[in-house]
Amino acid sequence: MRNSSSARLELQSLSHSYARGDEPALSELSLTVEPGELVALLGPSGCGKTTALKLVAGLLRPTAGDVLVNGHSVVGTPPEKREAAMVFQKSLLFPHMSVEANVGFGLRMRRVSREEASEKVKEALRRVRMEGFADRKPDELSGGQQQRVALARALVTGPRLLLLDEPLSALDANLREEMRGLIKRLQREGGYTTVFVTHDQEEAVILADRIALIFDGKLQMYDRPEAFYDRPVNRAAARFFGATNFIEGHAENGSVKTRLGELKLQSPARPGEVTLTIRPEAVRIEGGENSFPVRVASATFLGTQVHYTLEAHDTSLRAALPPHVRLAVGDEVTARLPAESLWAIEG
Amino acid sequence: MRILDKRRSNLGLTLVAALVVLPFVPLVLWTFAGEWRFPDLLPSEWSLRGVRYLLEPGGKVVSATLTSLLIGVSVALASVVVGLPAGMALGGYEWRFKGVVIFFILLPILVPPLASTMGIHLTFIRLGLADTVFGVFLVHLVPTVPYTAIILTSVFAERTGELEEAARTLGANPWQAFVHVTLPEVAPGVAVAGLFAFLISWGQYILTLLIGGGNVVTLPMLLFSAASGNDPVHTSALALVFAVPAILALIVALRFLKPGESGGGRGFLGLGKVS
Repeated sequence: MRNSSSARLELQSLSHSYARGDEPALSELSLTVEPGELVALLGPSGCGKTTALKLVAGLLRPTAGDVLVNGHSVVGTPPEKREAAMVFQKSLLFPHMSVEANVGFGLRMRRVSREEASEKVKEALRRVRMEGFADRKPDELSGGQQQRVALARALVTGPRLLLLDEPLSALDANLREEMRGLIKRLQREGGYTTVFVTHDQEEAVILADRIALIFDGKLQMYDRPEAFYDRPVNRAAARFFGATNFIEGHAENGSVKTRLGELKLQSPARPGEVTLTIRPEAVRIEGGENSFPVRVASATFLGTQVHYTLEAHDTSLRAALPPHVRLAVGDEVTARLPAESLWAIEG
Repeated sequence: MRILDKRRSNLGLTLVAALVVLPFVPLVLWTFAGEWRFPDLLPSEWSLRGVRYLLEPGGKVVSATLTSLLIGVSVALASVVVGLPAGMALGGYEWRFKGVVIFFILLPILVPPLASTMGIHLTFIRLGLADTVFGVFLVHLVPTVPYTAIILTSVFAERTGELEEAARTLGANPWQAFVHVTLPEVAPGVAVAGLFAFLISWGQYILTLLIGGGNVVTLPMLLFSAASGNDPVHTSALALVFAVPAILALIVALRFLKPGESGGGRGFLGLGKVS
C-alpha cells in the first residue's frame, strides 16, 4: 500500500458548466496540492467542490482550464489511467461482489497476478481493520464498515492521488471521528496526495494541511486552517469559520475609526474603508486599550461557554466567554477587543 | 386482529391459487382419460394414449416443441441483444427527440400485427424468407423487441451510473466497467426481459401461420389444429405441454422479481423496490 509516486496536483483556471450557457458550477479554480499533502475543498453544498473533484478524477471534462499531475496535463487522460482513486459519500461497493473481490477490483483491472493481488487485498483489509470480513457481501456490513472497505479498495492499487468526496457525511458522529482518524493515519503512512471534499468546517480543520474555501464555484481563500481563524480574507470566509463580528470603519494612521471608537490593530490596516472582524471567543470583559462600555442584551448558556450579545452604539457584538464570567442580561460592563485579535478585511 | 388478517389473506391466496390451478384439472384428467362420457364426474377408464401421442418417437409433437423452443430461445436472445443497448440509451441518458424514438420503438405493439405482417409477408416472399424458421424467428422479433427495450429502459433508468464511476476511478475502462459492474447489476432485469420475449414468441400463432405458411410447425400450430379436431385427449395433452414453459418462466421470474432482496433483487420490472 506504500506509495512511491506521490504526485503534485495543479489546477489551472479550472472551469466547468454542466450545460452550455449555464452558470458555471466551477469557475477559474487554481490551486496546487504538494506531494503528500491533504487539501480540503470546503464549502456549502452546491458550491462546486464535488465538480472540482470529478474534474480531477476525469469523470467530467473541464469547459476550460487544465489539470496537471506532476507537471503533465491529464485532461485528455481517461479516469482509469489517471491513478486517482476516489471514495464517495456512499460507499458504492459493488453489491454482487464479496468484500475481497471489491478490494481486489482495481488489481484485477490492472491484471495483477492472483497471488500478488490476494496478498495486497489482505494487507489492505488489515489496514482498515476489516480482515475478518473478506467473504462478506457489502449488504452484510454496517455503513462504517462499508466505508472502510471502500477506503481499502481505493488505496490497494497505490494511487497517485486520493480523492475523497464527503466520505464521512453518511456516518453517525462516533463513527465519523473514528473514520477521520483512520483516513488521516492511512494518508500520512502512505503519503498520498489527497483532495478531500467536505461541507464540514470542523472536519476540514482537523484533517487538512490546507483548506480551499469555495463559494458559488469560486475559490475564496486557500491557506492553512489557522489562517481561516486568524486572518480571513473576506466576510464569507470569516463567517464560515464562526467569526460573526463585523465592524465597519475607516483606517488611517495605524488605527481604525469605528462607531465603537478608535480601535488599534496589531497589524495596521491599509488606509481607507475597512471591515474589522474579531472572533466571539477573543472578546474580553475588561478595561484597557480598545475598550468601551456595552450592555448585555442576551445570554445563552452552552455548558463550557456562555454566548452573549453585547450592544453598544447601535452595534451588536457576539462574545463567547468562559462560564465563570457571570454577566446578566441588562448589565452595563466594559468590553475590550484586543488589538492582536482584530483583523481587517479590506473593503 | 392480526391473526384474522393473516387468515383472510391466506384465504385470498388460496382462492387465487384455485383460480389458477382449477382450469388445469380437466386438462390433466382428459390427458389421462381412456373413456369419459357424460354425465360421469370422472373418466371411467384411464389410458396413457395422450402421453404416447406426446412422446411418439419422430412424432410431430416432439418436433413442434423443439421448433418452438429453438425459435423462442433465439428470439429471447436476439431481443435482449437489441433491447439492451436501446434500454441503456433510453434509460441511462437524456437526449433530444428521446420521446420520438420511444414512440417508434413502441409502434410495433401499437399497430395491429396482422396489418404489418401482411406487408412483411410480401417482402419475405421476395427475400425467400417466407415459409422458413428464420423468417418466423425474424417476424417474432416485431412484438418482442419493443417489450424488451421498454423493460430494460426501466432497468437502466433506475441506475445512477455511480457504481460505474467508482469502477472507472479504480482502473476499469468503459468496457470493463460495463462487463464487471453494469452487466451483473442488470442481469436480473435482462433475464426477465428475455423471459418475456420467450413467452411472447412461444405463444405466437398468427405471425407463425402467416410467415411460416404451414411449413414451420410450432406448438401453437398443432394446438390449434388439435382444438379444431375432435380428440380432447390430444388437445388436453398438447395444452399441458404448451403451458409448462410459461409456468416455469413465471416461477423463475418471480424469484428474480422478489422485492426487498438487496443485491441482485430488483423491484417489479426493475422499477424499484416497493418499501
